[in-house]
Amino acid sequence: MQLESMYQEIILDHYRNPHHKGLRDPYDAEVHHVNPTCGDEVTLRVRLDGDDVADVSYDAMGCSISQASASVMADLIIGRPVKEAMNTGDEFLKLMQSKGQVDPDEDVLEDAVAFSGVSKYPARIKCALLAWMAWKDATAKAMEAQA
Amino acid sequence: MSIDVGRVRKDFPILTRSVRDGRPLVYLDSANTSQKPLQVIDAIEEYYSRHNANIHRATHQLGEEATEAYEGARLKVAGFIGAADESEVVFTKNISEGINLVAYAMGNAATSGPEAERFRVGPGDEIVITEMEHHSNIVPWQLLAQRTGATLRWFGVTDDGRLDLTDVDELINERTKIVSVAHQSNVLGTVNPVREIAAKAHAVGALVLVDGAQAVPQMPVDVAELGADFYGFTAHKLCGPTGIGVLWGRRELLETLPPFLGGGEMIETVAMERSTYAPPPHKFEAGTMPIAEAAGLSAAIDYLRGIGLEEIHAYEHELLAYALDRLREVEGLRLLGPAEAEDRGGALSFTLQGLDGREIHPHDVSQVLDAHGVAVRAGHHCARPLHRRFGLTASTRASLYFYNTRDEVDALADGLRQTQKFFSAA
Repeated sequence: MQLESMYQEIILDHYRNPHHKGLRDPYDAEVHHVNPTCGDEVTLRVRLDGDDVADVSYDAMGCSISQASASVMADLIIGRPVKEAMNTGDEFLKLMQSKGQVDPDEDVLEDAVAFSGVSKYPARIKCALLAWMAWKDATAKAMEAQA
Repeated sequence: MSIDVGRVRKDFPILTRSVRDGRPLVYLDSANTSQKPLQVIDAIEEYYSRHNANIHRATHQLGEEATEAYEGARLKVAGFIGAADESEVVFTKNISEGINLVAYAMGNAATSGPEAERFRVGPGDEIVITEMEHHSNIVPWQLLAQRTGATLRWFGVTDDGRLDLTDVDELINERTKIVSVAHQSNVLGTVNPVREIAAKAHAVGALVLVDGAQAVPQMPVDVAELGADFYGFTAHKLCGPTGIGVLWGRRELLETLPPFLGGGEMIETVAMERSTYAPPPHKFEAGTMPIAEAAGLSAAIDYLRGIGLEEIHAYEHELLAYALDRLREVEGLRLLGPAEAEDRGGALSFTLQGLDGREIHPHDVSQVLDAHGVAVRAGHHCARPLHRRFGLTASTRASLYFYNTRDEVDALADGLRQTQKFFSAA
């Protein structure tokens, strides 16, 4: 069944046991993002340490895809240079817009390659992107505050 | 019960198709939009194949035929909902536009002549809605309140999904200018006591608008008997096409209500300095209207009347009672809205727990159902305040229509159990 291509075991694992979840102090910027079509919400905090992502913490209400995506994202970007993390975010966005036609780069996306199947379901792409968009927004605000 | 559902289903070509790797379609999303019978599809094709022209202004034969199709639809709608005559029937794009029409026209009353006095809204005036409204019956009133300084107030909802009318005499008072309420909730299925609310509103001189988007497809509606001043609905939920809706208004109100959209066809005479307007309903129909859609709506009304609105209502009532029983048997399912079929339409919104007791998000529920061919809606169904009232951000909604069967209800219940298994696997 096609269902398994979307709900890969990695995604269900992150959904059942999300990593880095819960809002933490200190932080440099906090944002609240909403998916207006389904009501999913995420509050996300970013702390920067120079050019690195020191911490990302979040509180989210939403479906398995949006929850798992936030968890995978936090794994991928905490402790990385902001520039590198942004690049990973861009790769993930490309994957989500690929309609399942692109082979994802596992070296860059790691566990996030599991979301490849989601890109075939237009209604769910926003779910997978919710946390990433919130993180980009929060990071921009944090950098603005630093500047 | 006199509906032969097997025969009815043959009228709907889409119901024979398969989805997602060959599974038969189980369409349980009719509160979102209904499917269309061949009779409606043919009427639209016939209009474009034989009669297409612009209306009211062409003197050729096609123009006459197109005008006849459009104005004939108006006449049909008038008879369908018990309007005094067809001039009380305004065509709109949908119900959202119908409600916006009244809200914006009331805003325009501030700068209109004394004839529009009763529509004027300002600081100290109150607009009353309910917590169970669709966003289309909330946002236009918020905008009107913001533009005019009026106060927006609302009825709450009880735990079992009925309107909380305990403070009705406080909420509807001499400051109330208009009360706008859903005839039937798109989430809870609740049928509201519109007649009683309208009587209270009229006793204090307030206007009453009824959002009939969910009610008109499911039951016989007589606007005069309801005591409403305005009543709106949309064609695509009653087997008609998208792109056309109806706003009914009492004639004397439509005569003095200021216009909303300006443009061609809504005028009497235009000078560079100012214009005068056509009598209703044309005063509210600026620009080229959805003509083919009107022909489709007309065919949809013929179709529904051919089956019988009483029969449709009775069939749905029984199918709803069956569905309530089947869903009650699904462990971990929490139904929103009245648990009994009385004064309740066929919208079944619910939340679902997995076998591990954890909530399964509605998006995930609908995705697994979809993989089984069962089409439902997930989200807040354009009623976020109502979901907040029940401590939720979203729910899953299955909605029934007269072409649905008990087998399809069973497929839903089976699909929900499959969903629970899928998300509870260790």
